[in-house]
Amino acid sequence: MSLQDFIDDAISPWLNDGGEDNDIVLSSRIRLARNLDKVPFPTSGKEEPLEKVLEYMEEEFNGQTFNGFKDFQLAKISDLDPVEKRVLIEKHLISPNLAENERSGAVLISKNEQVSIMVNEEDHLRLQIYYPGLQLKKAVDTAFEIDDWIESKIGYAFDEGKGYLTSCPTNVGTGLRASVMMHLPALTMTNQMNQIVPEINKLGLVVRGIYGEGSEALGNLYQVSNQVTLGKSEEEIIQDLTSVVRELIDSERKSREWIVQQSGIQLEDKLFRSYGILSNSRIIQSKEASKCLSDIRLAIDLGWIKGISKTILNELMVLTQPGFLQHYAKKGLSPSERDVFRAKLIRERLTLEEEK
Amino acid sequence: MECQRCHENTASVHYTQVINGKKDEVHLCEKCAEKEGYMDFSNQHLSMHQFLTSMVPLDSAFNKSQSIKPETTTQCDYCGMTYGEFRRKGKFGCSHCYESFSSYLTPLLKRVHSGNTEHVGKIPKRIGGNLHKQREVENLRAKLQEAIQTEAFEEAATIRDQINQLKQELEEERKGGEA
Repeated sequence: MSLQDFIDDAISPWLNDGGEDNDIVLSSRIRLARNLDKVPFPTSGKEEPLEKVLEYMEEEFNGQTFNGFKDFQLAKISDLDPVEKRVLIEKHLISPNLAENERSGAVLISKNEQVSIMVNEEDHLRLQIYYPGLQLKKAVDTAFEIDDWIESKIGYAFDEGKGYLTSCPTNVGTGLRASVMMHLPALTMTNQMNQIVPEINKLGLVVRGIYGEGSEALGNLYQVSNQVTLGKSEEEIIQDLTSVVRELIDSERKSREWIVQQSGIQLEDKLFRSYGILSNSRIIQSKEASKCLSDIRLAIDLGWIKGISKTILNELMVLTQPGFLQHYAKKGLSPSERDVFRAKLIRERLTLEEEK
Repeated sequence: MECQRCHENTASVHYTQVINGKKDEVHLCEKCAEKEGYMDFSNQHLSMHQFLTSMVPLDSAFNKSQSIKPETTTQCDYCGMTYGEFRRKGKFGCSHCYESFSSYLTPLLKRVHSGNTEHVGKIPKRIGGNLHKQREVENLRAKLQEAIQTEAFEEAATIRDQINQLKQELEEERKGGEA
């Protein structure tokens, strides 16, 4: 499988596989930060040893298969053009930080894009695994298996007291960042997120918008993740996060019911108007597109709009980002050209659904 | 590069100042830097490295008369990073930094990790050895305590047997190691 294939399919194959509570939880992610012993961290700026790390990773893991994860392909940052890099960032397969490491940065991606291993990001290795819906336990178990596989070929930097040693002290210990992507339109509409977020922060967890800047959450998509990595086992971290996520799911469901009860027809009107905008607009900015996509998704969840795939929200949120739009247009686009292309792409995508 | 002030000596002190987004660069030789008040060199001769780390604002704003605190110059013997540099970047240079700076890290880790300083999670297979078993004993002890508190005595008995079994194994391994 070539890199082109990764980039051509906006929607990673794993995303279609369902998972628990997938009307509200779009995906679960586990990230493990790992470093090699006796090699300076990527943050040290000492390039030579890092290039050796890259060479070693390429030799040992490029083209390898582990259990269900077939054919890991290594892509060097220096071999990617700017659009390809953006596309990988928009798919969350690499970080913007890694994309800047032209000398020793690389990423290993499994064929189904469920697993990506960033090489020489802030840490030597950052293993990421995604599952659809709420499946943190399964994700962490699988991440551990892959971790053990990598460790069978590499000596990790580990200390009995401090655990896995990472370049940033905020990751030391388990090196684990567990996160869940949630679609919370009703909690946002009813202004409850503003009260909920500080409460969640008190529990050592963080909530932020996935797209958009600051407190703004484009598409009503939020990421909930753990902050603390030291002094808690991976199981505890997962349990704490899962219980908070379950509460959020519960509140979101109740809020949806409440809105439908209180002002069903107004909500229905609002959601269908958004459908109308996306089906007909000729120019659309990403903020409006995100809002309308969130509305369509909610209408699908409520059973008002039928025959459209649920993944349309996640899919089009990725597809309408600047990198993908330019990839789709096969040329560079100015912001105003992007708005035209975005509207066109969304219309085409919706027509595709109607024809099915 | 020559010194901007005397235009004679080589500039060895480079100082960048950003005020309200306006960037100013100053390049001076040691003597002029001292005269200009960028650094007090009178007491001791400082290496470039120490000079840079002394600029790290440890408490509040940069204070030119502030004497160098010993912790800023503590250096990692493996990668050469100083504690001051770490404070400035917020990132370590290598895994050995943890040990080199260990005496300063506890308060920082406590702040970042809700008061925790000890790892209790996964252990690499390769390093593990009997650490895995020790950890399990600790976990089981906590479970035992919980079982006793909730008066689940049958469960407690099972856990106690498991602990004893593990302890015995650890004891045997230790003896085996000595022989």
